[in-house]
Amino acid sequence: MTIDDFANKTGEWLKGVGECSDIVMSSRIRLARNLANMPFPNKAKKKDLLEIQQIIGKAIEDIDILKDALFIRISELDNIDKQFLIERHLMSHEHAANPDGKALVVSKEEIISLMINEEDHLRLQVLHSGLDLDRTWEIADALDNALSEKIEFAYSVHWGYLTACPTNTGTAMRGSVMLHLPALVMTKQINKVLAAVTKLNFAARGFYGEGTQASGNFYQISNQVSMGYKEEDVIQNINGLIRQIIEQEEQARQVLLVQNRPMLEDKIFRSYGILKSAHIISSQETVELLSMIRLGVDLNIIKDVDRNVLNELFIMIQPAHLQKIEGKRLNASERDIKRASLIRYKLKGY
Amino acid sequence: MRCDICKKKKATVHLTEIVDEQMTELHLCEDCAHAKSIQMEQQFGLADLLAGLSDFGKKVKGAEEMRVKCPVCGMTYDEFRKFGRLGCGHCYESFKIHLTTLLKRIHGSNQHLGKAPVMIMHERKEDKGNKVDLAELKRRLADAVKTENFELAAELRDKIREIEKGQ
Repeated sequence: MTIDDFANKTGEWLKGVGECSDIVMSSRIRLARNLANMPFPNKAKKKDLLEIQQIIGKAIEDIDILKDALFIRISELDNIDKQFLIERHLMSHEHAANPDGKALVVSKEEIISLMINEEDHLRLQVLHSGLDLDRTWEIADALDNALSEKIEFAYSVHWGYLTACPTNTGTAMRGSVMLHLPALVMTKQINKVLAAVTKLNFAARGFYGEGTQASGNFYQISNQVSMGYKEEDVIQNINGLIRQIIEQEEQARQVLLVQNRPMLEDKIFRSYGILKSAHIISSQETVELLSMIRLGVDLNIIKDVDRNVLNELFIMIQPAHLQKIEGKRLNASERDIKRASLIRYKLKGY
Repeated sequence: MRCDICKKKKATVHLTEIVDEQMTELHLCEDCAHAKSIQMEQQFGLADLLAGLSDFGKKVKGAEEMRVKCPVCGMTYDEFRKFGRLGCGHCYESFKIHLTTLLKRIHGSNQHLGKAPVMIMHERKEDKGNKVDLAELKRRLADAVKTENFELAAELRDKIREIEKGQ
């Protein structure tokens, strides 16, 4: 299996199934772990990093759930491949820089991905469709246990799992949920919701994680605090918060339907029309329009499109994906044309 | 200039506080300033806010504090403050005093209550003689001190020392 095999399909988390999967796109658990007795990546020499990579690589060999996983050395990737993996949410931007000793392990369905030697020695991510933090945590927990039987992790009874940055110490767990909130944006309530989220010590970020703007009405909500709570309690808290936000989004959708259905339908069908007919289109514009169509599908206003087709499009219209699908490098205008053609194809347009 | 907190974005909010000829400055980007604005309303003053983020702003007690070094990886406390990253697991022990406060500020707690690695769980099961969780004892000690039950606190402290010596 190679990276190219990924290009023509998409990960499990985009399948658009699972609980509340109209509003909740995906659930994610990330655990940070470090080997005891080795310096953290920012202080380690190249030979240390290679040793760490080797130790972890050996440990995952006997782990069932990673049997058919792909092991990738970042130094062997070209820029498009790196960008491709970032676009698929399998690794972070930081992981693409300074490739010494860095590696990535990706499971067959892209549910599990392990970054080796990013900010910490090991960053384990489990990504699932819909609202399913409990099941996602089960997988992450089991994998963490399997790994800790073979690797001694840096851990203190007092401070928990020791990480390079103190903001992660303790459970070293970040749970996040990706939400699609177009109605809250359209009814101008989104800022109120985000302010409440921040007050409760959660973070709200855009589709592409830390430091990104919300686009396409997607918001990623995650916990900030990693010490002083049991992992299961943190997950319960996130679930509670998410359910409240979902309720608010659902109410806002009803408001739109009841108070101004013609306006709503117009907005949705215009977006649909543009995407089905445009021959040149930017990713910025695409994402905003796709968001409206996704809302249209959720509200049964658009009846002839599948939600998972839309979810896939969000990923495939990105620059590296377009080039991998096409099989060659494309400049910006070529990408804008290819993007429009891919969209027309997937939406059975003109 | 860059924001003092995230160190990434440009600083556009500049705060200066002068108290009794002691001046402290803080430069923030819009996002961090907004995030901290709730905290700021509750804080006494700039010095408190800065101290809450790291030791930045506090009167530095002496250059020796900055030169505290981790014997395992060689990182100095000064280096940590500059880049926000520790060098190895042992740094947590070496910079214990500062980190205990910092962790409390960041997370509201400096006692881990979550899971432990499987190896440690096995050790715990073997320690059945000890019965009580070390973390549990420390929690009880903190409570005892809070409620000013110093006799109990002294007992717990001694118990904890015994166990730590044995580890």
